[in-house]
This record gives sequence, structure tokens and C-alpha cells, in this order.
Amino acid sequence: MTSPANLPEERIGVYVCHCGSNIAGTVDVEDVAQWAAGRLKHRGVVIARDYKFMCSSLGQEMIEKDIKELGLTRVVVAACSPHLHENTFRTACKRAGLNPYLCELVSIREQVSWVHTDKVAATEKSKAVVSGGVERVLWHEPLEPLRVPIHPATLIVGGGIAGIQAALEIADGGSPVYIVEREPSIGGHMAQFDKTFPTLDCAACILTPRMVSVGTHPNITMLTWSEVTKVDGYVGNFTVTVCKKARYVNTDLCNGCAVCQDKCPKKIVDEVFEAGLGYRKAIYTPFAQAVPKFPVIDRENCTYFQKGTCRACEKFCPTGAIDFNQQDETITLQVGNIILATGYDLFDPRRIPHYGYGRLANVFTSLEFERLSNAAGPTNGKIVLRDGVTEPKSVGIIHCVGSRDRNYNNYCSVICCMQGLKFAHLVKERTGATVFNFYIDMRTAAKAYDEFYQRVLEEGTLFIRGRVAEVTDAARLHGEEGKLIIQVEDTLASKQRRIPVDMVILSAGLQPRRDAKAVAKLFGISCSADGWYIEKHPKLDPVATMTEGIFIAGCVQGPKDIPSTVVQGAAAAARVLGRIQQKEIALEPVRASINQDRCSGCRICNNLCPYSAILFHEDRMVSEVNPALCQGCGTCVAACPAGAISGTGFSNEQILAQLEGLLMLNLDGDGRMPVKVREAVAI
Amino acid sequence: MTEHEHFEPVIIGFTCNWCSYRAADLAGTARMKYPPNIRLIRLMCSGRLDPTFVLKALSAGADGVMITGCHPGECHYIEQNYKAMRRYQLLKRTLTQMGIEPQRVKLVWASAAEGARLTEEITKLVEEVRALGPLQWPTSLNGHGARPAVETTGAVVSAKEVAA
Ligand SMILES: Cc1cc2nc3c(=O)[nH]c(=O)nc-3n(C[C@H](O)[C@H](O)[C@H](O)COP(=O)(O)OP(=O)(O)OC[C@H]3O[C@@H](n4cnc5c(N)ncnc54)[C@H](O)[C@@H]3O)c2cc1C
Ligand code: SF4
Ligand code: SF4
Ligand code: FES
Repeated sequence: MTSPANLPEERIGVYVCHCGSNIAGTVDVEDVAQWAAGRLKHRGVVIARDYKFMCSSLGQEMIEKDIKELGLTRVVVAACSPHLHENTFRTACKRAGLNPYLCELVSIREQVSWVHTDKVAATEKSKAVVSGGVERVLWHEPLEPLRVPIHPATLIVGGGIAGIQAALEIADGGSPVYIVEREPSIGGHMAQFDKTFPTLDCAACILTPRMVSVGTHPNITMLTWSEVTKVDGYVGNFTVTVCKKARYVNTDLCNGCAVCQDKCPKKIVDEVFEAGLGYRKAIYTPFAQAVPKFPVIDRENCTYFQKGTCRACEKFCPTGAIDFNQQDETITLQVGNIILATGYDLFDPRRIPHYGYGRLANVFTSLEFERLSNAAGPTNGKIVLRDGVTEPKSVGIIHCVGSRDRNYNNYCSVICCMQGLKFAHLVKERTGATVFNFYIDMRTAAKAYDEFYQRVLEEGTLFIRGRVAEVTDAARLHGEEGKLIIQVEDTLASKQRRIPVDMVILSAGLQPRRDAKAVAKLFGISCSADGWYIEKHPKLDPVATMTEGIFIAGCVQGPKDIPSTVVQGAAAAARVLGRIQQKEIALEPVRASINQDRCSGCRICNNLCPYSAILFHEDRMVSEVNPALCQGCGTCVAACPAGAISGTGFSNEQILAQLEGLLMLNLDGDGRMPVKVREAVAI
Repeated sequence: MTEHEHFEPVIIGFTCNWCSYRAADLAGTARMKYPPNIRLIRLMCSGRLDPTFVLKALSAGADGVMITGCHPGECHYIEQNYKAMRRYQLLKRTLTQMGIEPQRVKLVWASAAEGARLTEEITKLVEEVRALGPLQWPTSLNGHGARPAVETTGAVVSAKEVAA
């Protein structure tokens, strides 16, 4: 057992939390505390206490009082995960005049009481964990947090309603914002909708004023038709590389008259904005109210770029704005914080072949229906079959397509029930057709949502509870000819039904963006198993991520409706504004440093560092860590053959001491597991 | 009935702050269950894992060691887990040369979302090590079949060799 030289002077306090019954239900906390006071006395423990809620004011005050009255030099708290309360207890220590880094929080809740059932084994493991914490804390050094200045500019990736909201909040707060959007215009999915549930506000009427504000705000720089390609640096000071694709339109000259779009002879099915239902030109803005108003030329489809002749747009453009020589630009931005608001993709219902999408003409996706019912859409808002003229007399709306289904996505997409109800209302209102909604459970749990459901019920929409088995055009019974037949088990009536309709709308779920993983990697954050971005804490920190300075808002974090998306956009903005106002952020002082007397100059560490933080002094033949670049991964520490590198907060001594403590080598001197522990575990 | 049915192995788990430690937190929050035989140490990254930590753990009483980190390509520090992977391969070879069953040391990738996977892997490793029985240090190393004293900081495997 190794001991630090100062062991005789150390006075350690050990605090074991009950966490109500969360810990005490499975761990005999009194026993753990008593054991620590007795068996770890020779390791410097002068007091060990258990308490109902250590994180409460009273619990913290108890620790503070002990620090002052008993002259504690170090503190070990055995409670929940350090990711939750490390800061709480460090701050308590600081208030009592103890350097906060002389406190160690070990987890006996997430790692013991919640995952084990045998009380004796859990209690013994808790003792080992406490013992590890005591040994580790003995090697802690008093540290000061690293203070990093915060660059006042913010990058927002994605110009959907989440990104728009965040951008406006920050810009109104007086700080500069860059908003990078992949498409030619901001707006996101919301710009495609006709009406929004539950109020049936016209989507464009509430969205476009915000888009215009973004476009004209003096603090906002919009980079549309652009993508982030590289992210360097850290919270406070990110260097972001953006590829701004050539528009082939000089935005200083273009006045947005759209003459080019009239004159362009090349028509292409618009798979993005019109969801495949309508056309656009090779030079286009996705929709009339696009922000910015400038069109882009889609190179792959432009006759001139592909065949070398045409240039019709150039000929007719009244301001001479077309510029075929434009090149993609690489722009470097300096920002302090980043908000990711890249939204979602629609679940592709082709993956469920028995619903017939892509095979049966009159099966539509939800987004197609949004375009169909939109006054600015390809049918000017007329709800018609794929032939473009026939109004449906009966419509079936299928909920939960691709959601709550272990074959596709296990999760609930949150918005599909309400969206299905919205569609039912619009179909009834515009066509008078008979509408059937097929649902598994009706989920209308938000303000004014259930009232909307009641309203749709009163309007005469028919509801059938059951998961649809199949949509087919194979008529078997009289009256099914020429129809789409929905085969379903009506679970309320306990019978199989075949319901013939003219049109089927699939209320498809939401999915993470196709490139969500790659984007997460680019920004150094993690995805859940489903692919949504993981928040720092699901309840208490829903817009931060584990990576300092990177925030998330809207559907990137999980399926949600527009109100919740806006709330998250504003929340992320508030977090960022707070940081900007403080001008700096305190970071964990986890950094490596090289003892130059021990460094042999072998240079092994030099190439291992992912941030090139280690420089080599040719003159003195020694390496040195640049603390501003080092992020504290510890790779170099592990690799240095001379043992010359040490890491604050993760030194060899700390780790090995914790190891010995966990194995209870501190209880007897012969370097073997104490027999007692083995027996105890075996029970 | 196996020979080691009543043997309770002690496993040390090295976790990465950004992924597997969070996976362990998640396993707890979700009240998943795994055997109490494992005790975790938090590192900032699997790249921090000095292979001598593993040898130290084994020599100091652990019967098995689990090394965990972010999935390849998802390391918070870009690619340090690849270094961990290489060190792990070399370490296994060293263990074999020392006459220790390399199955006692296992490398597991677990993202912050994979509480269930971590739970499963821990349960598996505990059973595997239980089946192997207590770690007997080969007599050739010290003549008594007892554990040799591995110096705290002295490398058994040359770190230089492993770092490359
Ligand atoms: C058919 C349908 C109907 C709906 N109807 C309603 C309704 O009536 N009421 C309601 O409350 N909710 C409704 N919703 C939900 C609503 O669409 C979402 O809540 C909302 O649009 C989420 O906004 P967002 O900004 O998070 O994502 P998005 O709208 O998806 O915006 C994300 C933006 O980021 C951009 N982007 C993506 N990746 C990148 C990248 N790598 N780089 C740069 N930019 C990128 C995208 O181009 C897009 O502009 C409906 C959803 C569907 C599918
Ligand atoms: S040159 Fe290309 S973009 Fe311009 S009008 Fe012709 S086809 Fe359209
Ligand atoms: S700890 Fe990691 S980031 Fe810091 S110098 Fe060493 S290798 Fe580089
Ligand atoms: S940060 Fe997890 S392995 Fe590197």
C-alpha cells in the first residue's frame, strides 16, 4: 500500500448518503459509515457520518461545519453519480474554506444500490467504493479551475423553427449569431405545413415574420446553402469551417424577382420541399417566402452545367445577377458556443411494404398531405387523389406508422396523433369525405390538444382502435372494387374489419437525420441508441450536452411539436446568453504537465496527442504540454515510458491508490485481498 | 455444477468519463441489475489506461479487469480509444506470455446510451471469470504461486513498446 508523505497530517471526513431509501434501501449506510470511521482511521479518516439527504442544505451545512470545527483537510462523499452532484459538494467545501478539488464524490447509488439487490453484498461493495475514494482523495491536490474567455458570437446549425427561435433570442440579447442552413432557405419543416395543430394557425403566417426578422436582424449572419465541415477548439473559442456552396447568383445584385425561375426550361421533381408532389426549376427558391430571397442554381440539374448551353436565366435576369463562375467558398468562423438544431427526417414508409406506399398511388405520406392541403402547394390546397383531379369520398388516416413498433422505431413520435387529427379535420372541412382514423392509443397530452380531439370527434370522424395490418387494392368483397382496402383488427369491437377508402394518409413518425451520427461526431457529442442527440440531463439540463459549449434544441433531441421546439430554442439561447454575459467559464483543471527533469526527450508522447498540445524543445531536448490546448484525455500520461507526465485530477498515484482502496489493500499490509471481503461477497 | 460455483470473483472496471461511466449511470437510473463483483474506476478516456494499471489490478487481488471506452470513432478526444485498442492487444499477448488467461481482461465499447449493453457485458465477464476460478499467478513468476509484487509505477510491459 502506497501512502502520500503527508498522510499523518490528513484529516478526512466521510459522508454516506441515504438518499431517502434510494441508497439506504439496499445498502446498510450506517454500517458503511461506522466501518469507515473504524477501519479507515489509520488512513486519516477522523469522522464518518451518514445522513438522509447529504445534498440538502442541512447535509451540506453538516459537512461545512465539520470542515471548520474538525479541521478536515479532505472530504469523501458516498452518494450519487459525480455527474449529478460533484459540483454541489465541491461548492460546499469551498464555502467552508477547503479547496473544492480536495473533495471526492463516489457513487454508491447508480453503481451500487440501484444495480444490486443483495443488501449484504451491496453494503460490502459500498465499503470498497468508499475505501477507494479515501485512498484517491489522499492524492488530490488543491487546484484552481481554468478560466476560459467566451467569444461573444454563437453558431446555430439548422434554420428550422428551433434554430430561428434561438437565433432571434440571442440576437435580440445583443450578441452576434451565425446561422448555417443546408437548404437554400431557412424555415425547416414548418415552412411546408398548411395549418398547425391544435390552433390551426396558418403555418406560413406565424413562421414567415420570424424568418424575415432573422434575415434582417443586424446581429444575425445567415449562411444558407452551406454546411459545417470542421470544428476545432473548445467552449469559448471554437473555430468552425463552413463550406458555402456556390449559388451562381450574385446576391448583391439579385432583387428576388424570380424571372429566372419562370424562364428556366428545366423542371425537376422537388423531393425536398414539395415532398415529391410538385416541381421546381434548376434555378429555384424552395418557396415564395424563402429567406433569403435569392435563388440557387442546382448544378446537377442545370442544362448549362450539364450540357454547356442554355443560360436562359442569365439572358432574362434584369439585374445581371447570374454568375456561372462563382466558386464554393470556405468560411472560417470564430464562436464561443454552438447550438445544434438540425431537426428530423420523416420515417420512410416504403420500409413497411404492406402499407403500399410507393406501390399504391393513393397512399400518401404526412408530408405529402401537408403539401396537398397547402394553398401554396402543387394543387393550390385542393385535396385530390394522385390523378390531380378526383376528390376522395373516403379517407383513411393511419397513426403510428414506423413508431411504437419494435420492427422500426420503438419510440413514440409524439406528434403523429395530433397530426392525424389535424388531417382528419382538414379533409372533412375541404372535401366532406368520410374519414377513418386508425390509432393504437390516442395521445393528446398537451395544452388544448384533447379539446382538439373532442372537436374532431364531434365533426364526425370515425375512430378505429387497432394497428392496421395491411393496405391493399385486391378487392374481395362487393364495394371494394377500385378502392384501397384497409385491413385492421378493431380491438374495441374485437373483430376484423376491411374498410374500403379512396385515399390513405400515413401518419409517419419522426426519425433522426440520416447524417445525425456524422454531424454528432463532427461536433463531438453523442447520440442515443435511437440516434437522437443526448442531453446532459434528461430533466434538469435538457438543452446542454456533455460537451461544454455545444447545445441542442428542437427535434434533434427527440420528437416534439412546435411549441416544445420553440421552448428548447429559447432555452438554449438563454444558456448561451448567460455564458456570454459572464464573459468566461470555469473548466475542470484536468490537464497534463511534463516534469522536464524526468523527460528523456524520446518524443513518444508528441504524436499521440490528439490536439497537438505537446511541443518539443529541440534545444533542451524535452517535451512540454501547452495547457491551453491540452484537453486532459491522459493518453500521453499513459504512454510516457519515463513516467514524466502527470495529469492533474488523474495522476497515476490517484488511480492506483483508488485501485488499492477498491481492493481493500489499505486494510492489511500483505498485499492480498482481505478474506472478509471475499466471504461477504459470496453470501 | 462447476468447480468454482461458490467463487465470487472481484473485477475492476476502468470506465471512460464520457461514455461507459455514463452508461453505468444509466444502468443505475434504469434500475438494471448486474452482479456486485465489479468495482469501477473513472478515467477521462480509455486512452488514459496505462496497461500497467491492469497488471497492478490483477497482482493486487482482482480476478479480472474490464476496460471500457467509447465506440471506435466516437472517442471524446478524437481517437484515443484506438490507442487503447492497440494497448489491449499487446496486453493480452503479455498476459499469455505470463501464463495468465487473457480472457480475464476484456475490452468493451459502450456508449453513454448503452446501459443495457454494459450490464450484459459485466454479467458475462463475471460468469466467465467465475468459471476460470481465482487468478493463480503462475509459480514460474515467483516460485510460490502467490502474487508477485508489481511496483506501483514500474512498468512491467514497457510502455514504450505499447505506446507505439
Ligand atoms: C407532417 C408533419 C406535420 C406536423 N404538424 C405539426 C403541427 O401542426 N403542429 C406542431 O406543433 N408540430 C407539427 N409537426 C412537428 C414539427 O414539424 C416540428 O416540431 C418542428 O418542425 C421541429 O423543428 P426543428 O427546427 O427542430 O427541425 P426542422 O424543422 O427539421 O429544421 C431543421 C433545419 O435544419 C436544417 N439542417 C439539417 N441538417 C443540417 C446540417 N447538417 N447543416 C445545416 N443545416 C441542417 C434543415 O434543412 C432544416 O432547415 C409536424 C411534423 C410533421 C412531420
Ligand atoms: S442556365 Fe441553367 S439555370 Fe439558367 S436558365 Fe438555363 S437551365 Fe436554368
Ligand atoms: S493529456 Fe491528452 S490532450 Fe493533454 S497533452 Fe496529453 S495527449 Fe494531449
Ligand atoms: S473519451 Fe471515451 S474512449 Fe476516449
